Amino acid sequence: MKRILVREEVCMGCGLCEVHCIVQHSKSKDVIKAYKREHPRPLSRVRVEELRPLSFAIQCQHCEDPLCVDACLSGAMQLDEETRLVLHDVEKCMGCWTCIAVCPYGALRMDESRNVVVKCDLCPTLDTPACVANCPNEALIYKEVAVG
Amino acid sequence: MEAIREVDPAGSLTVVTEELMPIRSRPMIGDFLCGAAPLQKTKYRSDQFWCENKVRAFTGRKAVRVNFGEKYVELDEGERIEFEQLLIATGSKPFLPNIEGVDAKGVFTFTTFADAEAAKRKLAEEKRVVVIGGGLIGVCAAEALAKCGGDVTIVELQERILSLLLDDAASDILRQAIRHRGVKIITGHTVQQIEKRDDGSVGAVVLDNGQRLPCGMVAIAIGVRPRTELVLDTEVRVNRGIVVDRFMRTTLPNVYACGDVAEAYDLISEGRRVLPQWPVAHMSGRVAGFNMAGAKRAYPGGVVMGALKYFDTPLVAVGRTNPEKGADYEVLVVHDPDRPRYKKAVLKDGVLHGFILVGDIERAGILCYLLTKGVDVAAFKDTLLSDGFGLVNLSEGLRRTMLMRSWM
Repeated sequence: MKRILVREEVCMGCGLCEVHCIVQHSKSKDVIKAYKREHPRPLSRVRVEELRPLSFAIQCQHCEDPLCVDACLSGAMQLDEETRLVLHDVEKCMGCWTCIAVCPYGALRMDESRNVVVKCDLCPTLDTPACVANCPNEALIYKEVAVG
Repeated sequence: MEAIREVDPAGSLTVVTEELMPIRSRPMIGDFLCGAAPLQKTKYRSDQFWCENKVRAFTGRKAVRVNFGEKYVELDEGERIEFEQLLIATGSKPFLPNIEGVDAKGVFTFTTFADAEAAKRKLAEEKRVVVIGGGLIGVCAAEALAKCGGDVTIVELQERILSLLLDDAASDILRQAIRHRGVKIITGHTVQQIEKRDDGSVGAVVLDNGQRLPCGMVAIAIGVRPRTELVLDTEVRVNRGIVVDRFMRTTLPNVYACGDVAEAYDLISEGRRVLPQWPVAHMSGRVAGFNMAGAKRAYPGGVVMGALKYFDTPLVAVGRTNPEKGADYEVLVVHDPDRPRYKKAVLKDGVLHGFILVGDIERAGILCYLLTKGVDVAAFKDTLLSDGFGLVNLSEGLRRTMLMRSWM
């Protein structure tokens, strides 16, 4: 199974992963429209953390034993049996924030305009997730790892 | 059942439940009541769950007796179901106070969809509601009832609402948010009597100080008790809940318990405790399932936890948030009343024992991880409550452990 790996030693903190994540999860898929016209603007599912000189991007790690799935009150957060991805159904989410309380990576975002959680879905329609494809320094890589 | 099926796809699996189809999420009854969650959204698993997991389901039925010697469960209509392994997951039931008038028409508890539906019908004719209990369920009920147009008053015995989860400052922020939405709160008092009208319906409640609150509906939310009836006076040891070990085994071989009915390992007290909370129930249920199916798995332990979304005040509280005075706890606080934002961390010997975040909660899980893993945070404790706190503040070694795949 392929997963996103984080290489903090080569991250420049440019934030392009966040920009491209927002665009990919926007309606228009256009950077100008996504930033200027879409209200509320979609949230980035990846977050760049910085404490100079250190920086890195962090998103859902698709844990093998996901605490967010244990915590989910509504059944919106589920572990897909085949892909072993942690999938979140926004339609079922009740915005109780319990998953946020337990995610070790602080990787879930509160979409307060819709009262739901949003998270990394590994860009299911793309071969390579948008954050990885647009990282100029290969600080995010998409690689086959042993899962399960 | 999902955990059992992950390990053992073939073994025969039977469930007996009083619930009718479909499987619905109980914590959603508040959203259901006020219309935020229609029936479809409240479904916790698909309608085909039993079938997909090859489960023989007795729904709308009650297990009345267990014969542990001959290993069978007796149902309400007399059938016997034999078992090799038994899981008791009977949950908890709302606690009803022994006060006059508690049997009046218009008195509800707030734990089932039937409760929510009954409350909604009643609300159509009667707007004045008293919620007894200012805990998690009480606050949830109050919000839902207020959203439906109810004129709601919460009566809480303690001096603050959510007294088990929050401290004075955090409780006060929530109290203001609740009042802002027109819900009244009376603390430090209890309901002594529910007055009935001539037709047997609720007419008012009377508090311990004599104050009389006219109302047509009362929601009782003063906590839940484990449903241990099935094993009382049997060889299964029961304290407050059914006593289980780290593998969710009761004191009888091949008999397990999990969730609200179990008294399982608690990380904070390092003893056993009944913790009627969803994440604990789900996790302990999975652990029980794995062990029943033959895959040994230890329960990491539960921790008191609350994530709240009510009255537009996102809030997370975990562990020991109100340490007793004089004990060796170090308390860190950041309070910004204008936003409003409040953060508190409770440390002992460099380890996080509890925290509260109000408002800015997105990185709460990192604190929860540090707490449950017993990580020594002394070196970066000053960053824990800072605005930009994140994995970046942890030691490189810890971050490497957490993001292990990235270094392989």
